[in-house]
Formats: sequence, C-alpha cells, structure tokens
Amino acid sequence: MAIEVIKPGLATSVQDAGRSGYYHLGIPPSGALDQYSFRAANLLVGNDEGAAVLELTMLGPELAFRRDAVIAVTGAVMTPKLDGVAQACNTALAVKAGQVLSFDFLKGGARAYLAVAGGIDVPVVLGSRSTYGLGAFGGHQGRKLAAGDVLPIGAGTPVRAGRSLDPALQPVLEKAVELRVVPGLYDHRVTRASMEAFYADTWSVAPEADRIGYRYRGGRPLEFVARTQPFGAGSDPSNIVDACYPIGSIQVPAGLEPIVLHRDAVSGGGYMMVGTVISADLDRIGQMQPNHKARFVVVDLAAALAARAERRARLDRLRASLAL
Amino acid sequence: MAPRPARYSFGGDEHLFVELDEEMSLDAFFKGMAITSAVRDRKIPGITDICPANASYQIRFDPDVIAPGAVLDLLKGIEAELGEAEIELKTRIIEIPVLYNDPWTNETQGRFRDRHQDPSSTDLQYAARINGYGGVDDFVAAHAGAPWFVSMVGFVAGLPFMFQMVERQRQIEVPKYVRPRTDTPKLTIGHGGCFGCIYSVRGAGGYQMFGVTPAPIFDPAQGLPYLRDFMCFFRPGDIVKFKPIDRAAYDSAVAEVEAGRFDLLIRPVDFSLKKFLEDPAAYNQGLTEVLHGH
Repeated sequence: MAIEVIKPGLATSVQDAGRSGYYHLGIPPSGALDQYSFRAANLLVGNDEGAAVLELTMLGPELAFRRDAVIAVTGAVMTPKLDGVAQACNTALAVKAGQVLSFDFLKGGARAYLAVAGGIDVPVVLGSRSTYGLGAFGGHQGRKLAAGDVLPIGAGTPVRAGRSLDPALQPVLEKAVELRVVPGLYDHRVTRASMEAFYADTWSVAPEADRIGYRYRGGRPLEFVARTQPFGAGSDPSNIVDACYPIGSIQVPAGLEPIVLHRDAVSGGGYMMVGTVISADLDRIGQMQPNHKARFVVVDLAAALAARAERRARLDRLRASLAL
Repeated sequence: MAPRPARYSFGGDEHLFVELDEEMSLDAFFKGMAITSAVRDRKIPGITDICPANASYQIRFDPDVIAPGAVLDLLKGIEAELGEAEIELKTRIIEIPVLYNDPWTNETQGRFRDRHQDPSSTDLQYAARINGYGGVDDFVAAHAGAPWFVSMVGFVAGLPFMFQMVERQRQIEVPKYVRPRTDTPKLTIGHGGCFGCIYSVRGAGGYQMFGVTPAPIFDPAQGLPYLRDFMCFFRPGDIVKFKPIDRAAYDSAVAEVEAGRFDLLIRPVDFSLKKFLEDPAAYNQGLTEVLHGH
C-alpha cells in the first residue's frame, strides 16, 4: 500500500510514454499528453524517464501517502501542498508516510504530472502502463482514478529531495499558441480561399477537449469543392470512405469545428482531415484549457523535422541537467 | 485497365497516409491488404504501426529511425511490384449470431429519435424502405444472407468495419444519424454508408442500429476461448456471416458467455478475389458450406 486516493480530482490517470503497434486494431498510443513535462517529472525524482506517473487535469487530486516517498510535479502550474503547506513546482520533494498531498488551483496550462520515485507500479498491458479509457484497460483498472483507489509504488533508487528544473528548461505555458500543421490528407476537398481562411482565423478551445481530441471553434466554416460523393463515403461533403486518422490530424465534421486528435485518438472514421499538427507541438495542445486560443500555421515536412530535432535537443539538455 | 495510382500524403512527421481509391471497392481493399502485409513481412526498423483501412492505409513511423522519404520510396516500390498480381488471401470465416430488432437498440433508438432522418420509423424499417426492400424481414434476410469482409478494425479498440460481399447494386447503403447519438449498446450491429460494424464497446455512435450479438468481440480480460490470443477478436481480412437468432437463443448464448463457455464457429478459408468476382453468389455459397463443414 503506497498512495491512497482521498479525492480523485477532475480527470487523474496513470500515464507513461504510451504503446505502439496496436493502432491497426483501434488501440491508440495513449500516454502523457505533454510528454516533455512527463519526462521532466520522472528525471527529477531519479526515475527512468518513461516510468508511469499521474496525469492531473485542471483540478488536482488529494492523495494520502502510506510510506515515505520523493515526488515532483511538473507541467501545468498547480502548486502542490503537503498537509496544506505550499511546496515548489518542478522540484523533487520529500514526502513522509502519513502526509497528504493536495493541489492549489490551476494557474497555467491544463495538465500537471506527478512523478513518484519508483514509478506508479500498475500492470503493464500491451507494453505500457498508460490508461486507455475507451478500451477500459491499462493504468489503474482501465479508468481515471476514483476515491478509495490505492496505487502501488515501485522500488526506486533512493534520490535526494531538493533538485529543481532549470527555469530555462521548464515548459512554456501560454494562453495563445501557434500550432504548426503539415497540410494534406484531404485538404484538396476544400477551396483554396477557404483553406486560407482556416489558417488566418484564430480558434478557441471548446469545452469538448480531452485526451481523445481537442475541438476548436470560432473560425469560419470550410467551403468544399463540389463533387458527387464517391460510393461508400456518405452524403455529407465532409465525409470520406472511412480511413485511418493520424495522431494530430485535424478533422472537420460538416466543415464546422476542427478537432485535433491526440494520444487517445479514435483510430479512424469517415471525416475528412485537412492536415496534421506536427509531433513537436502535441505537448502544447495537452496544456491548452477551454477558451485558450490557437492559430494553425502551415509548415512543410522539412520544417516539421527541424522542429522535431529542436525538441529532441531540448530533451537532451533536460536529461543532461538532471543526470544523476 | 491500368490500376489507378495511389495518392500519398504525409500526416505530419510520423505518418504516411495512402489513399488507394476515393470510393469503396474490394479491389482497393485487397490492394491495401497486400501492401500492408508486404510492409509487415519486411520488418523495417522504425515502422511502428501498419494500418490497413477500407480503401486506404496508413503507416506510422519514427522519423528519427527512418527518413520519411525512405518510407515513401518503400511503399511506392511495393505498390509497383504488386502490379496486377492475383489476390489470394488465407483467412478465416466466422459465424456471428445476431438478435435482429432487439429490445436494447430499439430502446436506444427511442431516446435519440430527434436525431434521426425519419423519427416515425425504426432504423430497420427506414433502412429496409430506402434500400427498396418490401419489409424488415426481407431486409434482414439480405443482411444475413451474404457474407461480409472485415475491411478495417478501428475507431475504438476491436471495432470491425465490414463490407458485404455482393454486387454494388445489392450493397446496403444508409446515411448516419443526422446528429450522432451519445449512447449505443455494446455489441450493436450497425450500418453507415456502405459499411456494417459491430460496436465493440458501449459509447457514442452515428450508425443505424439493426440488432445485437451476444458474442463479445473485445475483452481486456480475455475470458472466452476465442479471445485468449488477443483482447481484440477481429482482424482486417476476416469473413463474417451473420446468423439470425431468436430471443431464447440469445439469452442462452449470454448465459454461456457469463459462464465463460461461449465459443464462436470459426473455420479457415482461402479466398480468391478473381474467383469471387466471376460468380459472387456461387462463391458465397461455397464459403457458407466451409462454415458448416459440408
């Protein structure tokens, strides 16, 4: 017995780096939506960077520790409190058996990551400890946490409390972001002028934003190129013969509100997609709250790979700065 | 006739999306199956997910291991090599029992009638009428009469999309609900566009609802014999034959499921697209005989 859930928070789940190799059967990667902050939390407490953590969404949980532990909270600004006393974010903290960890109100971002030295020791399912809610497996009993749950902690290398994340290596949390998009997939179905409007408009995160996908509203609807719908596609001009959806792809049902699929994506369906948010910007989506603003910005594949290399270099600096 | 060249489009820096045809056809589906199985056989480092779909497919890769351009060249190379090769598939045929016109999907339809094209009919009555059938019984006979290919697995874990193995003029086509439902019973037999499906889990959905099967097709606990290998039962390329059952047979199957004793009728079969296209009705008759061991 290691951590007991007193209050579960809004949507707290066990996540790690995710699983691959099962998308063809409808099983998405899952895993922490902000992979950078998740890795930082693990490195702070001396874990393997892919160890399982808790992903806290908007409103944090209240947790009772039944044994001594070292923890760290990264990502969204959600100040941790031990027995009611505020502690530092982005810092390895010592917790004594019997102490209660709670969280202050969210002050920036959307998802915080709580790492515990030793990792959250739930069973590995298909290569990962991540929770996949739609499939009801992985994580703790295949679901987000509930009051009364007890989470086992793995055996960790003892690590000293007190280490902090260099401010230059903390995640950047903004209320308005640019999301870089490689255009393509089915954007030939939309008029050129309408695609230009899509990329010119500012979009707001809708309340329907979760681990499956982020819905945006506030921009102009798409205008489709007229055609006779192909056999099997369905009658709406935004329909296609059901196909796979890339992680990060932007689908626009009925041409109205774009949805960017994230790590718990539905793996396929019958809505046309206009492009795909690049891998380097997916962490940023995971930190967006309802009403945060986004603009979609066209980049080519070379720019997407350059952004990926930049992100990898930043992760390397993070690893070097927190090497034990 | 030369095959239509595939359309390649990168989905960001980790996916390559390949459309084989804009419209659904068995040709496009089989081409996708052949290409994706060739990719799988080559075990290329850096290729992480290989996803055949109805008339398209998608490859997910790690661009830190394999360059996107190399993935593109690989797939174009396989497409060219494949050419007009005759398509044969070693697969299996499965009989899925269905209680059509069941109380649970009917109750659910009632709750979402304002989202339907024709609130005064049931989904079955509506589908029968717009597809030119005299009534629900004739429609069910057509639905259960000819087998279906599993042409894609996805949306959610283990959900099969199915394409009926009949001439295009006999394909059942229905629109999806005007606005999607927020609820669908688990194991509902659905239909949208030209595709049938079985909802593997309870949840949102927009397909018309025709019945339910007692046979679980997705179970992370893997309790039943046919789920021991993997938590998702269906694979693209499986052939499904529906068998109408009555309420008593449904209830006894559910009791068998709960006791962990329920099993499905599954037989191996070799499928030839060429022979099928020559005489679909006769070919399907042969498939049904494989199922029942004649």
